[in-house]
Amino acid sequence: MKILTLNFLTCARKLCKSSNTAFPLHPQDAELEIVEQDMNVEFLRNILPRLMWEELSGVVGELGLPALPPTVPTLESLTEKKLKAAENDPTGMNVVEVEVPSQVALDLHRLLLETCVKEGKLVCGSCGHEYQVREGIANFLLPGHLV
Amino acid sequence: MLPTPSTSHVCFDRIYEPAEDSFLLLDTLSSASETSFLKERFSAQADGQDSNASGSSCTPLVLEIGVGSGVVLAFVAANAKTIFGRDDVLTLGTDINSFACQAASSTVQNAINETKSSTTFLDIVNGDLASSLHPHSIDVLIFNPPYVPTPCVPSLPLHPNINSKPTPTFEEESHLLALSYAGGAEGMEVTNRMLVQVPQTVSRRGVAYVLLCAQNKPEQVKERIRDWGEGWKAETVGSSGKQAGWERLQIVRIWRDGE
Repeated sequence: MKILTLNFLTCARKLCKSSNTAFPLHPQDAELEIVEQDMNVEFLRNILPRLMWEELSGVVGELGLPALPPTVPTLESLTEKKLKAAENDPTGMNVVEVEVPSQVALDLHRLLLETCVKEGKLVCGSCGHEYQVREGIANFLLPGHLV
Repeated sequence: MLPTPSTSHVCFDRIYEPAEDSFLLLDTLSSASETSFLKERFSAQADGQDSNASGSSCTPLVLEIGVGSGVVLAFVAANAKTIFGRDDVLTLGTDINSFACQAASSTVQNAINETKSSTTFLDIVNGDLASSLHPHSIDVLIFNPPYVPTPCVPSLPLHPNINSKPTPTFEEESHLLALSYAGGAEGMEVTNRMLVQVPQTVSRRGVAYVLLCAQNKPEQVKERIRDWGEGWKAETVGSSGKQAGWERLQIVRIWRDGE
């Protein structure tokens, strides 16, 4: 399960819907794995406004991953200009300027889309219920008495 | 016509096999009228609340409830550019059947790889309807419910045990399949539970597509949705089996007009 998915999930119990501690869910005993994905800067740019930055920072800390910047990165900081040898130029003397993903973008991509919880649990901060993650699939089915 | 994603790896003894209803959803979502509606609603250049600092609109999040084999969500992920006019689209699914969650993950990821689509697939979550979703986060909700009228719906309290078995018995597989089609009274017991969750699940720009059959009394269902007030609308935007077959199907679009 991708870290970005946690940005959209909350406790499944009705009781917790109005509680502001039911989001985000807190990963515990998490076994992480990296699953490589193609980089899409346009996607990062348009997902930034949807990220619950503070909550996400908390989750990142709980997982023991490198801390996020304190504030949401600006759109401009996602790309940088780089000089590159022009194509079809046998002399190698000419350079062109190209826009490439910045380190900020690469780090965000790695965290949000490539870092996955393979095994572990997600704990609700309101009711304490633990949701198991097995083989990358989070199980939100509640036992009968909690529905 | 856009290609149908492959589901050849899916075990149809315990997961719903794509059928006329699934294909009606594919046809409706990719129809000229729906793609034009969705492109306008989720235009990359849109302004307003859902936009970032440079004026382009936020990534839309598509949720399919009860993904089954994953064929519908995979189709949306693979063809987002045609359907939404943009490919920075997020896809997420839920299913009550853990085998469907595993299978659908592969279906969606394979379809994305095959078409080299640059959409982003999140996950398939094992859960009941949209109960685990953060409120108002979904932009496009798709639901092909268990709509067949049956004397009762499968027991939910028994479900977690069956769901966690590595190899279910024949009876247990029947239970898993029944969850995908058995709709109880008028075939509406599960759909009604979902419909009441729609207003709190979707975003301000959110749209839901729900499949109904004739026995579900679609005209009454649409009236009930319009009675929610606050500008809620419900219209039929796709249908199949116009002959008097018992399984006449239609897709109802549920949405609110812009601010």
